[in-house]
Amino acid sequence: MAVVFEKTKSLADIPLHYCPGCPHGIIHRLVAEVMDELGIEGQTIGVAPVGCAVMAYDYFTCDMIEAPHGRAPAVATGIKRSRPENIVFTYQGDGDLASIGMAETVHAAARNENITVIFVNNAIYGMTGGQMAPTSLPGQVTQTSPYGRDVNHCGWPIKVCEMLSTLEGPEFIARVAANNVKNVKNAKKVIKKAFQNQIDGKGFNLVEVVSACPTNWGMTPQKALQWVESDMLPYYPLGVYKDRSGAKEAEAK
Amino acid sequence: MAERVLMKGNEAIAEAAIRAGCRHYFGYPITPQTEIAAYMAKKMPKIGGVFLQAESEIASINMVYGAAAAGMRVMTSSSSPGISLKAEGLSYIAGSDVPALVVNVQRGGPGLGGIQPSQSDYFQATKGGGHGDYRMIVLAPASVQEMASLTIKGFELADKYLMTSMILADGTIGQMMEPISFEDAEIKSYEKPWALTGTKNERPHNIVNSLYLKPDELEVKNIERYKRYQIVEENEAMWEEYMMEDAEYCVVAFGIASRVAKNAVVAARQEGIKVGLIRPITLWPFPKDALLAAADKVKGFISVELNMGQMIEDVKLYTQCKKPVGLCNRCGGMIPSPDEVLEAIRNAQKGVF
Amino acid sequence: MKTTQILIAGFGGQGILFAGKFLAYKGLTEELQVSWLPSYGPEMRGGTANCNVILSDTPVGSPIITSPDVLIAMNLPSLQKYVDTVVPGGQIYVDSALIDIKVERTDVEVFYIPATQMAKDNGIASLANMIIIGHLLQNHPELSFAGTDAVVQKLVPAKKAALVELNMKALLLGKEYKG
Repeated sequence: MAVVFEKTKSLADIPLHYCPGCPHGIIHRLVAEVMDELGIEGQTIGVAPVGCAVMAYDYFTCDMIEAPHGRAPAVATGIKRSRPENIVFTYQGDGDLASIGMAETVHAAARNENITVIFVNNAIYGMTGGQMAPTSLPGQVTQTSPYGRDVNHCGWPIKVCEMLSTLEGPEFIARVAANNVKNVKNAKKVIKKAFQNQIDGKGFNLVEVVSACPTNWGMTPQKALQWVESDMLPYYPLGVYKDRSGAKEAEAK
Repeated sequence: MAERVLMKGNEAIAEAAIRAGCRHYFGYPITPQTEIAAYMAKKMPKIGGVFLQAESEIASINMVYGAAAAGMRVMTSSSSPGISLKAEGLSYIAGSDVPALVVNVQRGGPGLGGIQPSQSDYFQATKGGGHGDYRMIVLAPASVQEMASLTIKGFELADKYLMTSMILADGTIGQMMEPISFEDAEIKSYEKPWALTGTKNERPHNIVNSLYLKPDELEVKNIERYKRYQIVEENEAMWEEYMMEDAEYCVVAFGIASRVAKNAVVAARQEGIKVGLIRPITLWPFPKDALLAAADKVKGFISVELNMGQMIEDVKLYTQCKKPVGLCNRCGGMIPSPDEVLEAIRNAQKGVF
Repeated sequence: MKTTQILIAGFGGQGILFAGKFLAYKGLTEELQVSWLPSYGPEMRGGTANCNVILSDTPVGSPIITSPDVLIAMNLPSLQKYVDTVVPGGQIYVDSALIDIKVERTDVEVFYIPATQMAKDNGIASLANMIIIGHLLQNHPELSFAGTDAVVQKLVPAKKAALVELNMKALLLGKEYKG
């Protein structure tokens, strides 16, 4: 009988701690499937962040390290520069990557560090209980913006892909979403490319995955996925923002 | 004997690190230690090593954390304000039990302070700096030769005990040149089965981590770590005793202060005052046995420091306050003269501490 | 026990640190214990510079000089700042082309050498420092003039090999200067 579905080898067979309806499980699975398909589990070293995904080190079956808050790209740099033959990825949330770790993110990108960054943007600090994130939308109500994010008071959300794509350095910058089947399937393709690029030695890859946080948004999982579509994606449009070698290949044609 | 060459203290650290097998250096510019980075930038590419100037001290210590976790002999260097920024990483490195070497060529503080030599990070180095229960091995070189030998020692101890070794130097020792020779000593290395290498699908995954959400697990982890620290305390304390055989007074000083103190001890001996010097070479573990033994012999101690009086607390603690302990200090980048120390010794003889 | 503490002071750019390095290396070749300690920091960019060199037949204690046996003053502020710190019986070397006052102390030996002018006249404008050093070597048998060329060769980077000859010229000018 033909096998049509099996467990993902790169994902440990233990229950995840994520809230019901949280897309982190899906995004983990996408990363793990990509590792399986590329056959790189045995050579991959993952870097977990501080935030909801902190315990990712238990979930991925490759070697893992847990980084200080925001420092994952620096830790990944240390590993990759030590073991260039290994595949190194970080898995970070919006507070980790775009707030406290912005400097590490920008400079790893500027150096075109040959790593893959999975950036999960759900517009809120999840683990600490729903505070305003650097990517929270204007007017978004959170624990620390109880009257809605007032851009005159605390500034505008940061569009990470748009910003990083202005740099000379990075190889590949793209934004995908994990809110419906079509987007999830596309997300996997893009994540796979972001790993393949690293295998090919092309440099810095960042895939922003627009995600949901039903618990801290105070929505049902279904409503949260709709909110991604209706509110987040207009602000964070999907697409490839930078693809240096892709652009060169297209030019050559 | 190997040829003697003149070298700056900072350069001696860099050269010794390379000889110790360090091939990964991550740093950020700050006076007065920049020669270390400059040396590494020049040498590393030629020997297949990695020199990378990070975007910040914070990033550089985390690159060290990553490379250490990957099983490399790795180091960073900085000076006081930069070490404060590295404190977070130092705590993570301690909590994850990976080895690293960190150099602090101290300058005056607090805040931006100054750039002249100081020993005012004694507390930070020996009592913490980062958060949580942890220790670092703290080595205090007093010569350019020791900048080299303690760097090599520091790497070995770090690997042996899976912790950070800190070289606590100062602007004077970092900037000065003295003759130095590199003996072809065997460098010890250690197996690192815990390192992140990729599983190669041959073993369960290695995890380098400092997070333990269950308090009982974290407690056990900390207790285990402190058992290791205890072995370090029992075996690795290093110190030098100078003219202590018949000493009635004991000067305690480390690093550059110990060299000034030595001059003063010689001068006091010429005046007939029986005084000696204990120079801690490791500040953690502190040479407590030597101090306690001296406390039963001498009439009093003088702690000579380039700060407002930090090591003096350990001198009192480990001599169990059996004898009076005086302080002879300058700070802010000032260095006491041998005459100032001599005066303190003369006062001690008069019973004034 | 014989220890010589030499303080060299002047403006940044006068080769203060280089002169000190030369003395330290010379001491090393004479199998003495030596230390060399520069001033460092922003004042190095065109402000005052000084350098402490200690030569001894026993291990050097503190590398910091508070009472020099020898002062080399390459500008007026340095002479004024350090003249009273020199030990009685010590030596002071004054670049008299740049310093137009005389040392009033009578308990020290003073050498006035118009080094900057001599350097200019001989087409080695940046080597007043080594002219003074050349003169100093005459008065210090523990260092001696012999073997200076090897030391200069060690200190001058290979790319600037032409400077070896010029440094030797400066040292000889100083050696032969008769006040």
